[in-house]
Amino acid sequence: MEFLRNFPCFSVILTMCASIVSSGMNGKWARKLNIVVISTVGLLSAAALYLTIVTNQCYVYKMGRFPAPWGNEIRFGVLETLMALFFSVVMLLSVLGGRKHLFEELDPFKENLYYVLVNLLMSSLLALIYTNDLFTAYVFVEINTISACGLIMIRENGHTLEAATRYMIMSLIGSGLLLFGLCILYGITGHLLMSNIKEQVALLVATEQFHIPLIVAIVFIVVGLAVKSALFPFHSWLPDSYGYSTASSAAILSSLVSKGYIFLLVKIFYRVIGFEIITESKILNVLFVFGLCGMIFGSLSAIKENDIRRMIAFSSVAQIGYIYMGFGLRTEAGIIASIFHIFSHAASKSMLFISAVGLTDVSGKSKKFLDLTGAGYRNVIAGITFTVGALSMVGVPLFPGFISKILFARAGVSVTLNRMLPTLICLAVSTILNTVYFMKTVLRIYTPVKTDYKNIKWKENLSCSIVCIFFIILNIALGMYSEPIVELIQSGIAMFA
Amino acid sequence: MFDGLISNYGEAVAVLLFAIGFGNLLLQKNLIKKIIGLNFMDTGTYLFLAEKGYIEGRMAPIVVNGVQDVNAYINPIPSGLVLTGIVVSVSVTALMLSLTIRLYQRYHTLDMDEISTILKKEEL
Repeated sequence: MEFLRNFPCFSVILTMCASIVSSGMNGKWARKLNIVVISTVGLLSAAALYLTIVTNQCYVYKMGRFPAPWGNEIRFGVLETLMALFFSVVMLLSVLGGRKHLFEELDPFKENLYYVLVNLLMSSLLALIYTNDLFTAYVFVEINTISACGLIMIRENGHTLEAATRYMIMSLIGSGLLLFGLCILYGITGHLLMSNIKEQVALLVATEQFHIPLIVAIVFIVVGLAVKSALFPFHSWLPDSYGYSTASSAAILSSLVSKGYIFLLVKIFYRVIGFEIITESKILNVLFVFGLCGMIFGSLSAIKENDIRRMIAFSSVAQIGYIYMGFGLRTEAGIIASIFHIFSHAASKSMLFISAVGLTDVSGKSKKFLDLTGAGYRNVIAGITFTVGALSMVGVPLFPGFISKILFARAGVSVTLNRMLPTLICLAVSTILNTVYFMKTVLRIYTPVKTDYKNIKWKENLSCSIVCIFFIILNIALGMYSEPIVELIQSGIAMFA
Repeated sequence: MFDGLISNYGEAVAVLLFAIGFGNLLLQKNLIKKIIGLNFMDTGTYLFLAEKGYIEGRMAPIVVNGVQDVNAYINPIPSGLVLTGIVVSVSVTALMLSLTIRLYQRYHTLDMDEISTILKKEEL
């Protein structure tokens, strides 16, 4: 049993080694290694999750020889291991689901490089989830950015290059702010480990020292991470990068990369600054307003869009708005709703991207709505999967989107009136807008029409069909058994303190 | 207020550099100027860290002549952070430059807005 506590460290090192090894392999072996490694990481995370649930405590794991205030640490509780398990499942499904397109869209000699980037991304996500050291978190944020940029531009055409450049510029602005915030925080507390910083920050607040630098540091860190995770006014890079990159990349980027930053932000709220100090600092009000704007404007842009992939991408902007709106409620219920929404959005959005590609395949590779008419009949399984994803995003019962909306609404009712009203109104308006564009698409793909496009039977693209079925199972499981997951999130947040 | 600025002039310069770099990265249209802005921004941060770690009258944290007293040396951690940060910024700059080269080969311009316009025309 005690041995299980090594597993988070193993999974980070395993993925990193795999990415180094696959750079020397050919595409076929790199792919096999990638599948094995990500499944192993899933199993290791599941074992670590089991350990934390059974013993009901969190573990601190010393990295290297030096003890606490100087050395580097990994720390994991229920929420971290649950997140790692979920991320590895979604990563595996996304990579498998877009496999056929990787063959078509990449140069053959580049295929192993794709898996290098995927492994590197996975290792940086795991490190972001587990680390207890702020500067390590910064370094892995940068690794995450670089590998995500590689995933966008590996399919080399004008659009992806431009999108990757825009993504890099926005990300670099975000990480510059984050780094400066960390430096100020280090300057006033003298520590880099999260638990030590929290003690010092509490002391500083109690003695009313360094009030302004502390606020500046909080603002820099929060704004930096918000920019990186594409909160509403900073989302200009997002539609192009998700719309033109290959299917797996779009699924991974939308469901995992931005979520890693958001999870780091939650960790910083609870483990570095302390939630009371964050709520007093008023920065959450800013997130609240931008989150609400994102919910509305993201959906409006999605309605105007005439390209299915870009429409799903704009829907991501709206969903990230939901998550930040939950932070802005300034209650634990809001944070729990946001974390659940991370899960539900990741499960549904990756599914939508993978199935949207299945639909465009039977429409002559066109992403325009007009050509997609009747695609649901030509590729039955992709049509069903897309419909499930759309229903989940709209918030129909049985699917995870419904649960997260209900959690947001519950959290919204329990706060003061000046927050409750905007929350509930924007939830309602945004749900209606979601319904408009998702149902428009679903009706479009199920409108019977005579075309020359060929039908695809599910057997012809077996791996993609199996992945689609697994995605549907994952979504329905998240929607139907949400209670244990919400309880796990609750106990995980309790372990943060 | 100005006393604080003068006594901490190093930090003040660092913040100024950061702001100049930030503005350039955000507002310049030219990609190369954007990258220069990025490097300004990172350098500002490293100067800030180095200023924070420096203690007047002490040596660099390398043991010389067998002096092992803590009070003889400055804090080594900020220097270590600066080194790590430099590695990160070098790799990010390399990636940005390679992207710029690819874009220039394709569109023969370094102006981001112009590239966007060309892309929109291609789509129609």
